[in-house]
Amino acid sequence: MSFLECRSISKSYDGKHALRDVSFRIEGGDLLSVVGPSGSGKTTLLRIIDGLEKADSGEVFLKGKKISDAPFLHRKIIGMVFQNPVLFNTTVFNNVAYSLRFRREKDETIRKKVDEMLRLLRLYDLRDRRALTLSGGEAQRVALARALVYDPDLLLLDEPTANLDPYNVSIIEETLQKSNRERGTTVIMVTHNIFQAKRLARNVAFMLEGELVEIADSATFFESPKDPRTLSFIRGEMVY
Amino acid sequence: MEGFVRALQILFSGDHEILGITLLSLRVSLTATLLGAAFGIPIGFLVARRDFHGKSVVTTTINTLMGLPPVVVGLVVYLFLSASGPLGFLRLLYTPEAMIIAQMILTFPIVCGITISSVLSLSPKLKETLVSLSAPSSWEARVLLNESRLGLITALIAAFGAAISEVGAIMMVGGNLLGYTRALTTAIMLYTNMGEFATAIALGIILLLIAFGVNLFLTYLQMRSRIKRTT
Repeated sequence: MSFLECRSISKSYDGKHALRDVSFRIEGGDLLSVVGPSGSGKTTLLRIIDGLEKADSGEVFLKGKKISDAPFLHRKIIGMVFQNPVLFNTTVFNNVAYSLRFRREKDETIRKKVDEMLRLLRLYDLRDRRALTLSGGEAQRVALARALVYDPDLLLLDEPTANLDPYNVSIIEETLQKSNRERGTTVIMVTHNIFQAKRLARNVAFMLEGELVEIADSATFFESPKDPRTLSFIRGEMVY
Repeated sequence: MEGFVRALQILFSGDHEILGITLLSLRVSLTATLLGAAFGIPIGFLVARRDFHGKSVVTTTINTLMGLPPVVVGLVVYLFLSASGPLGFLRLLYTPEAMIIAQMILTFPIVCGITISSVLSLSPKLKETLVSLSAPSSWEARVLLNESRLGLITALIAAFGAAISEVGAIMMVGGNLLGYTRALTTAIMLYTNMGEFATAIALGIILLLIAFGVNLFLTYLQMRSRIKRTT
C-alpha cells in the first residue's frame, strides 16, 4: 500500500484541460518535487490532493483510504503552503497557534510547540509582531510554520520560495529537509526551479499541459530522463 | 449669541431634568445599537458566507432597509404595541423599552448591511486558508469576523449615529413624557416649539457632544485596527 496514490485524475476549467489522467504513487517519507512550466497543472494537482478542488474524475488515496470524496476528514494530517500565503491580522505567534487551537490543543502545549517552530524557522524574535507587517520571506516562513506545527503526515507546498531572497530560501529548504528527515514528513513541492528540485528532492515529477510526463528518482530524472520532453525541459530548451 | 450663552449656563448648571434626559437618550440609543449589533452581525455574517437561493434579494432588501424612515418604523411599532395591536398585552407603548425596540429596528439593517459588505470584501484566499488548516466552523466565524473588524466598527458608528439623532420613531412610541420617555431629540423639538431656544440649544450641544464622544471612541478603535493592518 502506497502512502499516497492518485488514480487517473482529470480536471478541466471551461473546457480547457488542467489535468489529464494523472496517476502516480509515492511512499511515506518521500520528498517529491513536481516541476514543469506555468500552466502545466502542478498547482491544480496539489489543490486536488488537499481537497480544495474536486477532480472531474479520478481518485486520491492517502494511507489506503480514499480521501477525494471526503477531504475534510483527512485534512488534519495534511499541511498546505500556498505560493502567496494569507496571514491573519494578528501576531506571528497567533498565526502559528491557530493551527493548534483549531485542533483543541492545550495552551501550554500550544506555547511550547509554537515557540519551537518559530525558533526552527528563525522567527522567534518576531513572535509578537503583527503578521501583516512582515516581509514576503518572513510571511512565507510563518505560513510554513503554521503548516508544520501540527506535525502533518503530508506537506504540500506550492512554489514556496518563488520570488524570495537566498536567505529566506535557505531557511525554508533547510526546514523542509529537516522535517522530512527527522519527522518523516512526506513532502510534495511544486516548483518551476529545477535547481531547487535537484537540491532537495528524492523523486521528481515533470508535468506538461496537464499531463504527468515522467516521474523518477532524482538521479535518473536529471541524468537519464526517458521522455525527450523532460530532457528538453531540463536543458532549458523548452519554450513556454 | 445670547441664546448660546444661556445654553452654556444651562449646560453647566447641573440641571437634574437635563441630566435625566441625557441619560435616557444614552441608555436607549446604546442599548438599541448593541441589540441591533447582536442580531445584525451574526445574520449579516451568515448571509455573506452562505450561498442560498434568493441571496441577492435578501442582500438588496437589507441594503434598502438601511435607509428606513424613522417615522415609518415608529408607526409600525406603535400599531403593534398599541392597546388594540397584536403586542398590546405587553403594555410597552410610551415606555423606554418601546423606544429601544423602535431604534433597534432602525439599527439592525445598518449593522447587518455593513457586516455583509465587510465579510464579502474579505479575500477568498482567507477562507481557503482556514479550510486548509482544518478550522472548525466556530473558529472560522471567529477568525473571519476578527478580520472584518474594521467594517464592524464602521457599522457600530453608523448605527449609533442613526439611533442617537433619530426623533420620529421615539416620539411616536415614547410619547416624550417628562422624566420617563423624554430624550434629547424629542426634548429639542418640544423646546423649539415652545420658543425656549436656549434650552433647545443646550440640549443640542449635549447631543453633539455625546455623538462626538461615542464616535471618537469607536473611531479610535477603528484607527487602531487600521494602523495595525497597514504598518
